[in-house]
Amino acid sequence: MTALGSKPCKPCPTLTRPAGAPVYLDYQATTPCDPRVVEAMLPWFTEKFGNPHSRNHRYGWEAEEAVEQAREQIAAIIGADPKEIIFTSGATESNNLALKGVAHFYKEKKNHIVTVVTEHKCVLDTCRYLEQEGFSVTYLPVKTDGLIDMAELEAAITDQTAIVSVMAVNNEIGVIQPIAEIGALCHKKGAFFHTDCAQAVGKIPLDVNAMNIDLMSISAHKLYGPKGIGALYVRRRPRVRLVPLITGGGQERGMRSGTLATPLCVGFGEACAIAKAEMGAEAERLKDLRNRLLGGLRQRLPEIYVNGDLDNRIPGNLNISFAFVEGEGLMMGVKDLAVSSGSACTSASLEPSYVLRALGVDVEMAHTSLRFGLGRFTTSDDIDFAIDHIVEAVEHLRAMSPLWDMHLEGVDIKSIEWAEH
Amino acid sequence: MAYSDKVIDHYEHPRNVGALDKDDGTVGTGLVGAPACGDVMKLQIKVSAEGIIEDAKFKTFGCGSAIASSSLVTEWVKGKTLDEAASIKNTDIAQELALPPVKIHCSVLAEDAIKAAIADYKKKSGKDEAAE
Ligand SMILES: Cc1ncc(COP(=O)(O)O)c(C=O)c1O
Ligand code: FES
Repeated sequence: MTALGSKPCKPCPTLTRPAGAPVYLDYQATTPCDPRVVEAMLPWFTEKFGNPHSRNHRYGWEAEEAVEQAREQIAAIIGADPKEIIFTSGATESNNLALKGVAHFYKEKKNHIVTVVTEHKCVLDTCRYLEQEGFSVTYLPVKTDGLIDMAELEAAITDQTAIVSVMAVNNEIGVIQPIAEIGALCHKKGAFFHTDCAQAVGKIPLDVNAMNIDLMSISAHKLYGPKGIGALYVRRRPRVRLVPLITGGGQERGMRSGTLATPLCVGFGEACAIAKAEMGAEAERLKDLRNRLLGGLRQRLPEIYVNGDLDNRIPGNLNISFAFVEGEGLMMGVKDLAVSSGSACTSASLEPSYVLRALGVDVEMAHTSLRFGLGRFTTSDDIDFAIDHIVEAVEHLRAMSPLWDMHLEGVDIKSIEWAEH
Repeated sequence: MAYSDKVIDHYEHPRNVGALDKDDGTVGTGLVGAPACGDVMKLQIKVSAEGIIEDAKFKTFGCGSAIASSSLVTEWVKGKTLDEAASIKNTDIAQELALPPVKIHCSVLAEDAIKAAIADYKKKSGKDEAAE
């Protein structure tokens, strides 16, 4: 077993892609488990299968010890005390627990929540749910760079505000909100500060004390750990109290009952230990790869636009609008890449990404966007391949695009009266 | 979403991409859809003195199914009379390309584009009083 923090991680392995599989550039959707993580997990499925809550024998004790070590590894990456880490099934559950838990516990005193329009659906949907229960919610807008305006946040927090929830890193555009400033403001105004750090942990340095964070959601599968586990950090001093979502045996200090999944906890812990050790160097490497991707595309393609601030952004994300080509058509053209599109042109929903819309990106442009997520197993060969492939697809589609023709003729497509359907 | 082989073939090798001179009296141009909806189709036909569609070209901004629908339609209308071309139904297109339900509107757009191109030609050539 890895001694906490002391034993250096094994060197970063490479992952080989099955022949014919697309190059994976969707690291914000999920990440593969690091082979070192899988290795750490394996014994806990078979020979060390005990219930970590069994107090009567060695099987239970060793499992408990493993879970507690994982808790320490997770706490360490955010500067928390291990007692403040509550295991959950993932960031969706953590966000639900933080928002519903705090809202319900403090409802006699406070009934207001502040969040942001670009949050993940699991935060927004939970807020809608709480609105139906009678809570009032303020959804802050973002500026064109994707960041919130601190003055607007300050104005939104009242003495009725129980909790402010602002994500550290956005999953579509990768922008980093000013978390330390937000935390300081929340504490000055007497509101709890929750932050969804699913995309931030292991990518940027975080410290719950320096940043005045009261609650933080974490997801293991975004940082090379297994799917199906996450955590909620819950501050002990001063204490944040929650009404649990799941009741039962009283595990996780009563905040989340149910038998812990030892292998998943161990994998999550190992993933945090690796990320903590490698974060600095990895960030530099990814930034170089991202700059290579953006530079390569800009050099060969006119009329491409980065969505969201480029400086306040995690190194592994790039979100680009390729003007005059539609995102879904483009996805089909880049079939040897696994990427995400901000377009959602299906009969069910003609609405493109609500995040891009919130930045004030035109609907037309939002339809032309792709999200590139780079990560631990991305190589410079992958990036060079991606550049060639994207350039080829965009050129193929622009040659077919009536809008590209209009652009070349100097026609402003906004001046045309389109029959919107 | 998995695309049918026919959609992929039209996407990768679109037929009749291009433009005809929209000021030519024998050319009808249909422009349908909207960039804000994620799809715009431009379909042009060149009509002979005998009323036969001699040539057809398209340009499409949209998903693979929209591109395939317009490409297919340019193949289909060539050699047809205006009335024959006007009778092409979106369901024929959807069936030929095996479009899933969420992509039916891409074929509707292609049907609209032919109708719009024919209407434009008739208007230009003063034949639009001929009731359909
Ligand atoms: C910002 C953000 N929050 C929450 C989630 C949900 O995390 P999980 O899959 O662990 O429930 C995600 C991942 O999709 C995310 O990107
Ligand atoms: S054009 Fe909208 S999904 Fe095909």
